[in-house]
This record gives sequence, C-alpha cells and structure tokens, in this order.
Amino acid sequence: MSLIEVKNLYKIFGNKPKKVVLLLEKGLSKDEILNKTGNTVGISNASFEVDQGEFFVVMGLSGSGKSTLIRCLNRLVEPTTGEIIIDGDDILKADKDKLKDIRRKKISMVFQHFGLFPHRTVIANVEYGLEIQGVEPQKRTEKAKEAIKLVGLEGYEDSMPNELSGGMQQRVGLARALANDPDILLMDEAFSALDPLIRKEMQDELLELQSKMKKTIIFITHDLDEALKLGDRIAVMKDGKVVQIGSAEDILTNPANDYVKEFVQDVDRSRVVTAEAIMRKPDALISSKDGPRVAARKMKENEFSSIYVTDKNRKLQGIVRIEDASKAIERGEKSLENIIIKDVPKTSPEQQIIDLLPTAKTSDYPIAVIDEQNTLLGIIVRASIILGIIGEEV
Amino acid sequence: MFDLNIGSYFEIFVLWLKDNFDFLFDFIKNVLEGSINGIEYLLNVIPVIILILLFGLLAWKVSSKGVAIFTIIGLLLIDSMGLWAETVSTLALVLSASFITLIIGIPLGIIASKSDGFDRILRPILDFMQTMPAFVYLIPAVLFFSLGKVPGAFATIIFSMPPVVRLTNLAIRQVPKEVVEAGRSFGSTSKQMLFKVQLPIALPTILAGVNQTIMLALSMVVISAMIGSGGLGKIVLRGIQEYKIDLGFEGGLAVVILAMILDRITQGLGDINKDK
Repeated sequence: MSLIEVKNLYKIFGNKPKKVVLLLEKGLSKDEILNKTGNTVGISNASFEVDQGEFFVVMGLSGSGKSTLIRCLNRLVEPTTGEIIIDGDDILKADKDKLKDIRRKKISMVFQHFGLFPHRTVIANVEYGLEIQGVEPQKRTEKAKEAIKLVGLEGYEDSMPNELSGGMQQRVGLARALANDPDILLMDEAFSALDPLIRKEMQDELLELQSKMKKTIIFITHDLDEALKLGDRIAVMKDGKVVQIGSAEDILTNPANDYVKEFVQDVDRSRVVTAEAIMRKPDALISSKDGPRVAARKMKENEFSSIYVTDKNRKLQGIVRIEDASKAIERGEKSLENIIIKDVPKTSPEQQIIDLLPTAKTSDYPIAVIDEQNTLLGIIVRASIILGIIGEEV
Repeated sequence: MFDLNIGSYFEIFVLWLKDNFDFLFDFIKNVLEGSINGIEYLLNVIPVIILILLFGLLAWKVSSKGVAIFTIIGLLLIDSMGLWAETVSTLALVLSASFITLIIGIPLGIIASKSDGFDRILRPILDFMQTMPAFVYLIPAVLFFSLGKVPGAFATIIFSMPPVVRLTNLAIRQVPKEVVEAGRSFGSTSKQMLFKVQLPIALPTILAGVNQTIMLALSMVVISAMIGSGGLGKIVLRGIQEYKIDLGFEGGLAVVILAMILDRITQGLGDINKDK
C-alpha cells in the first residue's frame, strides 16, 4: 500500500474557493479563472501516490504550484478540497492536536532558504523538534549529535547559523529534519539556493543517505537535471496541475504533452536514456548453423558490412564480416567456425548512453545489447545513439 | 455650516469617567505612586558615588568602556551642579512610567502582529496618542489624579507607548516567513512559536522600540513638571519662570546627560542581542 495518497486535491487562493473548484471542474483555465473571479489557482485536481521508501520528485517552474502542493501535505497551507491520506490517516480531517502530532513525529521539512533559527546554535537548531515535544535535554542532545554526524557537521555544534556557508546551513536544515526520525521528509527546493558544485555534492550525499535511511522523500525542484538525478519517480506540474508522473526515462522518452516535451528538450539525455530505449531489432541475423554463403547473401540483401550470429536460443555467438565470408566461400568452407569474431562490443540494457560513447567511437560494429543470459536483445548503431541524445524517435 | 463642539463632548466624556471610575483611578494612582516612590527610595538609599559607579559598570557591561567613562563623568557633573536629587526623582519617574508602558505596550504589539483586525483598530489610536500635543494629556491627567507625580507618569505612559507597540508589531511581522514555517512544520504550539522563535528573533527591533519609549518618556517627564511632577523638569521650568538662564541651562544639561546615558545603555542591550 502507498504511504501517501493524494486524491483530487485543490487549493484556491482567494475569496470564492468553492466556486472556483466548480469552474475548474468545468474545464476553465487558470488565466480565465483569474480574469473572471480574481482568484488564483494554486493546485488543480492533483492526484498521486507515493510508496514507502520512494524518492518522489515534484518538478515545475515557478508558479506551477509545487511549493503549495508540498505545503498541503503538512498543512502549512490549508487545501480547499480533496484528500490526503498519510499512513491511513486523513490529514485534512485531523484536529489541531492530531496535526501537531503528525508534524512532530511523522513529517519533517527542509526549506529552500534553510529556515534556520538565527538565534540558536547549530545543535540547538537540530534539537528544536525534540525540545518542543518535551524530550529531556540529555536524550535530545544525543539524538541531535547523531543527526549532525549523519550530515557530516561534527565539530560545528556550537556555531551560529550565520557563521556557516550555504551548503553547511542546509546540512543543518537536513539534520534538524532528521533528528525527529520522521517517516516522511519534505524538501522544498532544498538545494536551489546553493551554488552548482555544492548542489551536486549535496545531491550525491542525499542519495547516499537515502540508500541507508530509506525514508519517503518528497522533493520539490525547478531543475530538471536535479529531478532526473534524484527521483525514483517524477511528477511534472504546470499551472497547478500534475501533467505527468513517471520515471525519469518515461518522461524523457514519452513526454505526455508538448509542455513536458519542451521542458525536457534541453536535458542531457545521454545521462538518462538507456541502451534499451535506443536499441533496435536487428534487421537480419544468422544462426551459428548457417554457412558463409547464407551470411554473405543476407549481408548483401541488407547492405550490411557485418552480421551478428546467434544460436537457436538467441544467445549471442559473435559477428561475421562480409570480407571474411567471401574469403571463406573462396576457400570452400561450409561453417562459420573460422571466421566468426567472438570479441564484439556488448552492453546491458540498463546502461546509459553516455557510457556507450567510448565503445561506439572505437568499435567497427554495432553494439550488441544482451541480458544476463547472453541473449541478444537488440543492436545499437551510431546513428541511434545520436538520435537518442537529441531526443528523436529511433 | 455645522457647529460641532467636539471639545465639549470630550469634556463631558472625561467628567463622566471621573465620576464613574474614580475607584479605578485611585487604584492606578496607588500603583504608580508606589512604584515611583519605591524606585526613588531605592536610588536614594544607595550612596551617590556607589550608584554612579554601578551605572558605569552597567554601561560597560552592555555597551563599551567609552560609554562607561561618559556615564561616570556625566553623572559626576550632574552631582556637582547640585541636581542629584532632582535627577534621581526624574529617573524614578522615567523608569516606572517606562516599565508600565512596556508591560502594556509589548503585549499590545504582539496581539497586533497576530491579528490584522486588531492592528487596523490600534493604528489610528496610536497615531492619536503620538501626535496629540503632549501638553493636552496633562489636563485630564490632573483631573483624574490631581497634581503631582502620578498624573505626570500617566501622561508619560500615554505619550511614550506608541513606539514600543509599533516596533513590537513590526518586529514580529518581520520574522522571515520561512523561519516561522519551519517552526510550524515541527509542530510548535502557538506559545512555543512566540517564545522560542518569534520573540527571540524580534528582540533587537523590540529593544529599539524600548529605547524610543524611554527617550519619549524622558522628554514627557520634563513637560509634566508643569503639573507638579518635580525633578529636573521643575528646575527647567523655574529657569523659564524666573528668567534664570544659568538654572535653565543646568537643568537642561542634566536632562541631556541622562538621556544620552539611558539611550546608550538601552541601545547596548539591543546590540548585544543582535551580535548573538
């Protein structure tokens, strides 16, 4: 079962929220509603589910409603209508005490500009969540120290936030969120205020932490590369609507609409698209039982200079070149045994394009895509790699 | 044109208050009188030189060595002008009026920061309190409390309250939104929010309000000498009435010295909190 379920969530900013929801259901756009009622649509009919331990990224440009969406999950923003079920509890029906409890124990948040308490030391910041729950000082210091260690800030416990660099401040923000040991981590543009090198470092560390902690993370970003790098799944938002949910590759290879397509066009696809997405079925194959004549004929028919050889179970055997086949025919050989080349370029279907580039550059043959049992799944020619990078259909 | 006697309506209102709430004014009078006399007694009981050194020490602690030296020299100068008793009396009045102003003004500022409605109602009242010529407060003050220190303190409280209310309100509203959100996201109660997040962050600005309040209180205390509150104001007033340039100047100088000391010390308090 999913840990978080969001169903038909709406958030309208303005004085006629209920009426606007009806207008949205009738299909009016965000701009039409602003002109007609003066109300702003924050979120329009958002539905999604997040699994336990999943890294879920919500991506969109500013004004797309992503920050509003994440704030609905812990009700920093009060949704207009809809349902948010977290671990079986309907968050929107929770009373004040219940909500306080959920915020204290289940959900923590990390903020874009860190949101640190400027009057408290690093450790006092990290302890805050435990302090307001009434955890005794000794225990909360212990837990805070653990969290500080986790984010690599040992030795800075007694510093004030303004003495730290941006990256370190955000580590404090992260440690503060982890100190409560929540199930769910909400991260609102957590790395957007950091400079690019530090951002990359923080992303890598977060991924490493996540591989150990297995928290459920909802991460907001406007940066597509960041979304693709971090997210198990990505939700793309526009004008308050969730326009597509899927894995990084889904979104790159099957954009749901022109908006997503435009959004993803500048992405470095070579780091995301895999061999599987760009490989194609070989137009012709020969069997290891065939002789040089069959090989030569098939190559001529297809205008190939080489052809892959498989056995009857489609296990890859090697490759035969046309000049070798011709020589074998002249020598009167009946089998491929002497001319088959076993050392062929191979790759697994999960490999990213970027890792295929060196092979593609040096190899004379198409790259063979094989699974763990050595079954030939497809081949990749140089042209497919180029098409894969620029995002055209293969 | 209409002929409206707003002044006379106000007079009727004030007289009505006097007739119906005399018990309340008596109570206020007792509280104010008690606190002023208490502070004055305390300041008089300590030998002058020790008190001066204590002020110097306080200035050194919250501000700098320079301010400490200025404080000691300034107070010694006042003593040498023979105005010590009047200065202590003025100081007692300022301190007790300011104290009461703050315990009313800061909570008002906090409420105003939480409620836009309350803020809207409060704002014109504060404008009124701040810009109405200070002398005008003296008339109903005398009516309620008769002559002496208490009406002086009352007028002072009204006149000096706006800055601390305004700046407390502003200070809390200026706490960064994300920091407040962070506090809420961890499940703070509104009390925890106020005392652990908002007030500590707002403190430097609130202290700037406290500083302004004390400065205004000091200026009003001098004016209130006209209704018999005594102290340095009485010296200045005598200088005017008897056309004594020397006396007027000495009284005025003592007020300036006292003002500068109070200003530097309260500003120092604000800076300490900012540095932290």
